[in-house]
Amino acid sequence: MIEVTNVTKRYGEKVAVNDLSFTVRPGIVTGFLGPNGSGKSTTMRLILGLDAPNAGRTLVNGKPYRDHAAPLHEAGALLEARSVHTGRSAYSHLLALAQTHGIARGRVDELIELVGLTEVARKRAGGFSLGMGQRLGIASALLGDPRTVMLDEPVNGLDPEGIQWVRKLLQKLAREGRTVFVSSHLMSEMAMTAEHLIVIGRGRLIADMSVDEFVQGASKHSVRVRSPQAERLAELVSGPDVKIDAIEPSLIEIRGLSSEQVGTTAAENGIVLYELTSQQASLEEAFMELTRDSLEFHTDVAEAETKAALA
Amino acid sequence: MSAVAASTTHVGRITQRRVALSEWTKLRSVRSTRWSLLATLVLIIGIGILACVVFESRWPHLSPGDRRDFHPLRANLAGVNFAQLSIGVLGVLVITGEYSTGMIRATFSAVPKRLPVLWGKAMVFGAVAFAISLPAIFIVFFAGQGILSGQHINIAFSHPGVLRSLIGAALFLTVMGLFGLGLGAIVRSTAAGIALLAGIVFVLPPIIGLLPTSVSDSVNPYLPSNAGGAVWTINPDPHTLAPWAGLALFAGYAALAIAIAAVLMKRRDT
Repeated sequence: MIEVTNVTKRYGEKVAVNDLSFTVRPGIVTGFLGPNGSGKSTTMRLILGLDAPNAGRTLVNGKPYRDHAAPLHEAGALLEARSVHTGRSAYSHLLALAQTHGIARGRVDELIELVGLTEVARKRAGGFSLGMGQRLGIASALLGDPRTVMLDEPVNGLDPEGIQWVRKLLQKLAREGRTVFVSSHLMSEMAMTAEHLIVIGRGRLIADMSVDEFVQGASKHSVRVRSPQAERLAELVSGPDVKIDAIEPSLIEIRGLSSEQVGTTAAENGIVLYELTSQQASLEEAFMELTRDSLEFHTDVAEAETKAALA
Repeated sequence: MSAVAASTTHVGRITQRRVALSEWTKLRSVRSTRWSLLATLVLIIGIGILACVVFESRWPHLSPGDRRDFHPLRANLAGVNFAQLSIGVLGVLVITGEYSTGMIRATFSAVPKRLPVLWGKAMVFGAVAFAISLPAIFIVFFAGQGILSGQHINIAFSHPGVLRSLIGAALFLTVMGLFGLGLGAIVRSTAAGIALLAGIVFVLPPIIGLLPTSVSDSVNPYLPSNAGGAVWTINPDPHTLAPWAGLALFAGYAALAIAIAAVLMKRRDT
């Protein structure tokens, strides 16, 4: 369980996280979604106590993370930026972390095998590929058999097989009753893995809902109709909740009605249809729609800054 | 996939002893440690023996003035002046290596109270620095005095102050390493840490030397490296502190650096 309550974090003038509150529950995978620079990594660092908030508080399993006697048993994290000494082997890295909690060497070997790093475990981590680095980070996160697992962009740099492996791993961890909190900037990835979503933009909470709700609520259905009598059909179906866009003289897009309703109306009025297609916005489009305000703000600021710089 | 649950794994609570063990693993698993410690050994023993060989072979040709300035222990421990830099730099690296690579985030995620990490590093690195320095100094003493005895210009182990100087030199190097650790933890950057250490040890004394003698004589003994130097010197000039007082002051500087580092480490974002 992770509880974030009214957290604000500023770095100088920049507000990275703004009065953010949410709860991450155990037993399911919760996706943490937002465009790049929206404050996801900062929020995760605040939860781990790596950075201190200017206001508000974060709790992991009911206590501030640093107040736990065995923190690695409460939460394990993979942070976005590399957090490994480049001159040290994967094995020594994990062993050093394990020893702070009296975790046996056998557990280190077990995790190296689990994440598939056996062959390179004694090599310097500085030579690891991004994917190998992610695997080592996941091993570090799981070292203390944590009740809460927090992973920042875990599939970055992984090959399709690795991505598949991470998805299964996350779902398995959740089934075991753990709290699983995973960030991503890709909605499609989250839709595959997560059950619940927390969406932020500009450091503020935008949505806190199940993936199903998100998909249904945010997706825009439309019906595409090609007909020589498109204009007449548009007149017939128009109403207060119906929005019609003319794409070509004989091609229109209707929102607010199902394809069944449009087809029936056309048949009743003897209108010839060449095409009747039900269309659904992709998850990525829905996500962009949801976070557009925060992105527009960024663009505005960037433009203003550019103008100021030029002036 | 079966290994995730780790039903057989015991996860204990954080203790200072466990954090120190972790720091020992970290220290011995990077190359910079091996190279810096090897350099320290080579500098103490190599330069000390070289100095003795030169004095022994040139002795019949030396002027009375050079003979008067010669001190068998000072020549013998000449390498300590260089080893203070290699051990001090390693002290800096022990902490700044974590900041420069991002390892510090993993470290502080595992030990979120943070200060046990600093204490653990100081304990482990201090013990290692002493364990390397002390044998090296005894080796160079017996080897060097053996060489000097060829011209009967050696000093006996039983001579007053010799044993204190030898142990003192090892303690001096240990404190120098801890001083480096403290400075490194304050500035968090390898380049800045090494520059600060080298500045205090090598640049500060000549700058003080530019001041009028009356001022520099009263300031000099209290400079970190001069204060620490008093403990491994026999026949000190009148402007040095007493041996153990000097070491205590030097240790005080190191303790102050580590204390400042502790306050900052607890507060700063990572």
